[in-house]
Formats: sequence, structure tokens, C-alpha cells
Amino acid sequence: MLGRIWRIIVKEFIQLRRDKYARFRLLAPPIIQMLIYGYAATFEVLHVPIAVLDLDHSQESRDLLSRFTFTGRFNVTEILREDPDIPNTIGRSSIPMAIKIEPGFSELLRKGQTAHLQVILDGTNSNTALIALGYVTQIATTFGQDYARERLGSLMPAMAATMPQIEIEQRPWYNPDLNSQWFFVPGVIGSITIVLVVNLTAFAIVREREIGTLEQVMVTPIRPVELILGKTVPFFLVGLADVILVFVVGSLWFRVPFRGNPLVLALGTVLFLFNTLSVGLLISTLCSTQQQAFASAFFFLNPAFILSGFAFPISSMPRAMQWITSLDPLRYFLVILRGTFLKGVGLDILWPQMAALACLTTVLLTIGVLRFRKSLD
Amino acid sequence: MKAPAVQIEGLSKHFATGPAVVDLGFAAQRGEILGLVGPDGAGKTTTLRILAGVLPADSGAAWVAGHDVVHDPEAVKSHIGYMPQQYGLYEDLTVDENIRFYADLFEITSAVRKQRSGELLAACGMMPFRRRLAGQLSGGMKRKLGLICALIHSPEILLLDEPTTGVDPVSRRELWGILYSLVFQGVTVLISTAYFDEAERCHRLLLLHRGGALFCGTPTELKSKLPGGVLSMASAEPERLRAALADADGVLSAMAMGDALHIVVDNPQRRTPELRARLEGAGLTFGDIAPMGATVEDVFAYMVSTQPGDRGR
Repeated sequence: MLGRIWRIIVKEFIQLRRDKYARFRLLAPPIIQMLIYGYAATFEVLHVPIAVLDLDHSQESRDLLSRFTFTGRFNVTEILREDPDIPNTIGRSSIPMAIKIEPGFSELLRKGQTAHLQVILDGTNSNTALIALGYVTQIATTFGQDYARERLGSLMPAMAATMPQIEIEQRPWYNPDLNSQWFFVPGVIGSITIVLVVNLTAFAIVREREIGTLEQVMVTPIRPVELILGKTVPFFLVGLADVILVFVVGSLWFRVPFRGNPLVLALGTVLFLFNTLSVGLLISTLCSTQQQAFASAFFFLNPAFILSGFAFPISSMPRAMQWITSLDPLRYFLVILRGTFLKGVGLDILWPQMAALACLTTVLLTIGVLRFRKSLD
Repeated sequence: MKAPAVQIEGLSKHFATGPAVVDLGFAAQRGEILGLVGPDGAGKTTTLRILAGVLPADSGAAWVAGHDVVHDPEAVKSHIGYMPQQYGLYEDLTVDENIRFYADLFEITSAVRKQRSGELLAACGMMPFRRRLAGQLSGGMKRKLGLICALIHSPEILLLDEPTTGVDPVSRRELWGILYSLVFQGVTVLISTAYFDEAERCHRLLLLHRGGALFCGTPTELKSKLPGGVLSMASAEPERLRAALADADGVLSAMAMGDALHIVVDNPQRRTPELRARLEGAGLTFGDIAPMGATVEDVFAYMVSTQPGDRGR
């Protein structure tokens, strides 16, 4: 029994070694994804080019506009002269935001009334627009507060000194600088592993079905369990190696701290690998050609990625979608990854995720093995 | 008498596309080459796959090497070597690695494997290619490697599904040489072929048509089934002659060859002048008309033409 399993494992590794592109496929995507997420993927909005249309030409309007450039969030790249300039500018899409100050802006402020600051945004990219708008609100609010205090100070100094005020003290735990890299890099371990292992497993089995070796192997006295183990153990090892690779690059290159217990992460990784192997096995039973396997894997991987909370917060999803995410193995593994990396929490906190992964894996593996056995007949 | 190596009774298998094997029964004796002959779709591959234990039958019984394949397909596997039409070789593994893989799946000891693979490689003339990747072998050599892999565990029964399709004549002759030497050692060979000339090499034939057996016996017995005899008519346009003669009295079947027409007639001596007269009357040119020995193909064409609902080919 062990002899046969071992022979299949050896064969898989010989084939992997002979495949010139396999090494590339196994090494390049993890590194490239890591670099992309490490450097390119960020939710922060910096240096957004903006256009300004100041129709008030007052000290106040100039003061407000100068605050936009000081933050570093915005670059005033265009000074407009009249209203029709605005649609022209936003339409070109190189400038996503325009700020317009109406005539009489300072007048209203001096009278102690509400003055308006108009912000026109290119809503095509709703995410950037939303974040930029947040910064605009912050800048305008601060300006308003400062202006009010200044006026009060000149009119009634005594009162100004006792004006109540709330100052926000930010204390982001686990990631004090709100570094996007720290958020993304641990997640890459999960997203890489799921893509790699599901594809490798599904393809390795479907390829044998396609070229006819599976039938040939089935006329030998091999047992289905031996075949399943022989075909999955190699990809378990490959997946594990890739997890370690991404882990090392993430820790050494991006300096993402690992604060938890490595054994807890190891347990989560093993559970997750079993899960991805089961999915690969299941896909292989549904397909008879590699093209079908490719399409099926994509059909699973894309939603699994989007619903995992890798980039889009699950709490913002509609209730029904949130239920669906509970079937997504990547969702649990991401919690385990971020929990062990950044929070340093242990099994006492992460046991629900571990249990969910274990349950999901048991179900998928059972269906996968049963279907696989049936597909051999 | 010893039990037959392979015995089938009332075997049937239906696919969604229709019946593949219908109430088939036959037996193969130890040490013989039994040829499953018939056109594509006759049920050859389905029969062999059922015997190999990779396809469950719908009904009927099949014993291979004394084991019941229908109920216990696993028991059969160490006794048989099966080579499907699309032989599953790992093209990115070398000749030796392929052999090693299958040998290990059959749990052959390394000493036995080395001796056996040495013999088989030598018999196939493949010793110099042991380190070559299977994907870089010629079509004929791939088949031979497939045969070696199927034989590595010294099976008592060999099931070969169209092993010579797409193989050059030299390799084909070598393959048959290997088969004869195996039979000499007592191995039973079931071989399917769509080539009628090749069928003559088998000890016995099973003619399959639409999933059922038309005939089972030696090639000589088969030829004796033909009533009357075969006439060969030389002609540059055999198809035109066939059209003119197909419905003539006494013509059982007619088959156009390259430069001749083969006509199966009930009485060659009586019919020869009649046919000659008919062709001359139609103004067709033709050469000699001579009686000839029947080929397996002639008999098959005749037998199919006498099947209900079937007129000629």
C-alpha cells in the first residue's frame, strides 16, 4: 500500500521537475502577488489631482484651498476660471475631483452663517471618491472649527478659552500606522495557496483522465484511497512550501510582524490545505478535460476570493451574502492568518475559525472522495 | 478439459447512446489468440473494458482467470494485462520510469522487474531507448512500451484493444511476434482489431456486429461458412461493376477493391458466364474473372449483408 502511494508521489515530483514551466508557476505567482499587494494595493488616497474654482477670491477662500495642498492628500493641478470648466475637467478623468467656492463665501462666514463648499467628484471609481470625500470633509470641518474659534477669540476672548472641544486620539492596535502592507501580505498566503493548490490538484487528476493514464492505473490492483493519497500528498507539500516561501518573503522583505504562535498558524495552514485539496479533488470529478477544470476552478476561486474578506469587508455585505461567506474556506484562513501575524492571538480566540475549517473540510473531502471513487467506475 | 481463460455469458451493456454489447457469449481457451473483429461501434472496446474490470456490465456473467469480473472486478486485476486503444503512457516520463511506475503499482519486486523489463525491452528492440521520454517515441514504439507496461507483471491474460491501429507494418510484425511468443508461454490473448487482414493471424475469431457475435471459430471455419465462393474480377472501375452486379441472380455480396471486384456468389462455376454476359450487356469493360480464396473480410461482408435490416455495406 505504502509502496504504491510512494511510487505515485515520486512520479508526480518527477513530472513536476520535468515541467519547465512548473517551477515558474510555483515560484513566480507567489512572489509577484506578494510584491503587487505589498506595493500597489493600498486603500490610502494620496496626491489626488484636483481642480479648484475660486469665485470668491477672498482671504478665507484662499486659506481653505491652501489646506488641501498641505495635507499631501491632494495636488491642485488646475485652477479653473468659470463653471463650464468643471465638466470639461472631470470628464477627462485625469482629474477626479473639483472644488468650487461660490462668490460670497467669505461674506457668509463673516456674518456667522453657513457657507457652502461644492465638491464635484468623478464617481466612476466609487472607492477613491468615497475616501477622497472623507478627507475633504475632514479638511472643511477643521477649517470651520478653526475659523469659529478665531472669530470667537477676537470677539470674546474669555469665552473662547473655555470653548468645549473633542480631540480624537487615534490608537490603532496591532497596526499602529494603519499600514496596508500589514493587512494584505498575510492575506496573500491564503489567496496564493487556494489558487495554486486547487488548480494543481484538479489539473493533475483531470490530465490523467484526459490522456488515459487514469484508466490504465485503474486496471492495476491499486485501491482508490492509494490513488487519492498519491495524487494529493505532492500538492499538499507544494502548497506547504509556498506558504513558507510567502511567509518568509513577507516577514523579511515587508517586515510584517509575526506575533502569534507558529504552531497555531501551522494547524490552520494544514486544515486549509486539506480544504483546498478537497476542492481540487471535487473539481476533478466534475471535469473530463483540462479546459473544463480551468473554467470550474475559476468559477470557484473568483467568488471565494471576493467573499473572503481579503479586500472587501464582509460586514459591509448584505446579510444573504454574509451567509454565503460562511462557506468560504479562505474567509476563515484569513482570520487565522491576520490573527496570528498581527494580533498574536492563539487557539482560545481562533478556535471557531479552526472548527469551521475542519467542518468544511470534512464535508468537502467526503463528497470529493466519494465522487472520485464513483468517477473511476 | 481445463476451464476457459475467459468466459462470457449473456453479457449486455447499454450506454445512454444505445446498446453497446447485446447478449454476448463466448469463451477463450488458455494459450490462444482470440481476435475480436468488427467495425467501429461493434462493441469490441466495451467488451474488453468489461473484462478488464474498468466498466461494470449491466447484466450477464463474465469469468476471467476463474474470477467473476461482474461481481469482483478487483480480483481479476493482477491476472490481466490491459492495453486500451489510447494507451496511458506518461509522456514526460522516460521508458524506464513508465515501466517502473506500473511495476510498482503491481508491487513487483525490483529483481523481478529488472529481469522482466530487460527481457521485454530486448524482445521489442527498445533497449537503446530506455532513457528516452515516452513522448519522444514513435507511434509504434509507444505501443510497444504500452505492451511492456501491460506485461510487466506477467499476466495470464492479455487484453489488447486495437494495438496495431496507426502502427507501421514493421512494428506491427514485431508486435505479433511478441504475441506469438507469449502464447507459446501459455498466455491467453484477446485482441480487437478493425483490420480484417490482421484477423487471419488469430487462432480463433469472434466476429462482432452491433454488440452481438456473428460467429466464433477459426479463420478456416469462418471461411467455410461462406456458401459458394468468391470471384475476383479485374477492373479499373470496380465500383461501377459492383453497381451493375449487386442485384444479379446468385450474387450474395460484392465488395470493390483497388483494382478488382470481389463477388460472393452461390455457385462460382455456374455464375461466371452469367455475370460476364450481364457486364458485356451493360457495355462495361473488365478483365479476367477468376475464383479466389475467401478472405475474412469477404465472409464478414457476406454475414453482415444477411443480417436482418442490413443490406450490404
